Parts: sequence; C-alpha cells; structure tokens
Amino acid sequence: MKARILIGTLGFVALSSMASDARRADGLTAWEQVYSVLISPRCINCHTAANHPQQGDDRRRHFANVTRGPEGKGVAGLHCAGCHQAVNADSTGVPGNRNWHLAPLSMKWQDLQGRPLSSAAVCRAVTDRSKNHDLDGAALLKHHAEDALVLWAWNPGRRPDGTPRTVPSLTHTEFVDATRRWVEAGTPCPK
Amino acid sequence: MPEMTTYQLNVNGERRQVAVDSSTPLLWVLREELKMTGTKYGCGIGACGACTVHLGGIATRSCLVPVSLAGERPIVTIEGIGHDRIGRIVQDAWVDQDVVQCGYCQSGQIMSVVALLKSTRKPTDANIEESLGGNLCRCGTYVRIREAVKRAAGKLA
Repeated sequence: MKARILIGTLGFVALSSMASDARRADGLTAWEQVYSVLISPRCINCHTAANHPQQGDDRRRHFANVTRGPEGKGVAGLHCAGCHQAVNADSTGVPGNRNWHLAPLSMKWQDLQGRPLSSAAVCRAVTDRSKNHDLDGAALLKHHAEDALVLWAWNPGRRPDGTPRTVPSLTHTEFVDATRRWVEAGTPCPK
Repeated sequence: MPEMTTYQLNVNGERRQVAVDSSTPLLWVLREELKMTGTKYGCGIGACGACTVHLGGIATRSCLVPVSLAGERPIVTIEGIGHDRIGRIVQDAWVDQDVVQCGYCQSGQIMSVVALLKSTRKPTDANIEESLGGNLCRCGTYVRIREAVKRAAGKLA
C-alpha cells in the first residue's frame, strides 16, 4: 500500500514538473515574440543607453543635437514637444504623441554602441519592478495593450518624404496576445 | 486648389484669424499671412532653430508644426517676447553684448534662451550648450551668445 502511494506521489510530481516545464517553454516562446517587437526601431529608438534618442530604421542619432534632459523630455530650448506634437504631423513628417519622451536609462534596451541587448537582458529589465515603475505582469500586459505611446508604434505616421514609417513585425493584437501568454506563464526570462 | 480652413490663433496676446490649408506650417502662417517676419525660415526641417517661437510656453520649431495642431495654445514670437520680463532682459543683454553679426538666426536664438532662462535661472555652460544645441549660427557668434545668456541670467538673480 505504501509503495503504491509513493509511486503515485512520484508520478504526480513528475507530471507537475513536466507541465511546469511546458508552461515555461510556452512562456519563453511568447517572450521571444514580445522581444522581437521591443527591438523594432519604433520602440528601441527611445530606449537608448545614451544621452540622446535615435531615429529612423537605421537607428541613427537624432538630429539637431537633441538630448535626453532630466525627465527624458529634452531640455528647455530643445524640448521633445518643441517638434513632436500630440499627434503625427504627416504634412511635415514629424511623428507625435501627447506623451512623447525617452524611456529612462533603467529601461535601456541597447548598449552604448547602439546594439540591442540580448533577449535575456531585456527580459530581466522589463520584469525588474525596481526598474519598470513597479509593474507586475498584469500591469505590463495593460501597458502593452493600452499605453498610447506603445500603440503609436503601429500608427507611426509618415516620414518627411511622405512614405509610411515601418511598424513592428507583429500586429498589435499579436503583440498583446504574446504578452498575455508570457504573463500567464509567469513572465519567464531566458537564461 | 487646397481647401482653406479658418483658424483662430492667439499670437502675442492678440486674437488673429487666418484662413489657410490645414497643413500649412505655423512659420508660414506667421510670415505670409500675419506678416510677422521676425521669425525666420532657415532649413524647413527643424534642424537649425531659426524658426523658433513659443507655443504653449515651449520653444517650438514653427516650420514643423502644421497650423492645425496649434490649437488654443498661446503663440509668442520674437515680435512679442520683449513684453515678457525675461524676454526684455535677454534682448537687452543681446544689445549690451553686441551679439549679432548677420542676425538671421538671432530671433530663434533669443526665443530658445528665454525658454532656457524661464526654467533655469542660473544655467551652466552645459545647460546653455544643450538648450541652444539646436540653434545654428553660421556667423559663429556662439561665444557672444553664451556671454549674453550669462549676462541676462545675472540680471535675473
């Protein structure tokens, strides 16, 4: 009798472990989809490690000597909102959003040479509540689903030459779905 | 033929009405419609700062802002900045320091300096370089500009 109980318990533990491994694997797959969006130019250009934002699909330094400023919104004579209005200005080719700003250095997703950080490093930063404005998984999902500046990445307007800016590789719906699966798996990060 | 839209603008404290294409940059509304030519056209892409005005209190590149996005926000140009205490002090410092050479960029420079001094009464050299980093002067008057900024800041203390 005892032997049967022991075998049953071990079997349950093994099945639970397998389920947990599968859940983590699914979560990691979902994270890689999320990461593919985060390192798109529309997102990572304002998640720099330097004192300035980037622009364009080639992620060059923002022109006109624009700098980060104390709150990530530029400096007095050269404020982000001095060019970037509340909405895209397609006639002049300037993208816009009411909350246009650089992400804080704690949320940098690239190194000082402009190379995107690894999937594992970005995941650690995004899930570190001491760096991410104390967002838990549910709050991260809400941020990806509803934040106006996140949504801008799928409505980035036109370049000064009139051509449309590129958008991330996933649709916003796919991005939110991937985030949801990653959150439901416990926001696992690659090692 | 572009469709004209009527806009009510608040320019230097006055209500001004214009009827223009909605995509017209604020710069051209000021210069061509309102005949306020103190604000200069330099590059047209926000790279030189010659067209700087204050829009809602923020130093703004007027060549990049379609008039349709100006809304109700107050617009202050070089023609009106002298009515502002800090603006007057900056303009006086500009004269005292004999900053200007050709003068083309100077209205934009002054508008950016006023924005700087409204937020930072005692700017460091780094503050000045960053805030004026987008205002180009082909005459190279940068040293005199810096001295004038410090002179104005001294009078604000």
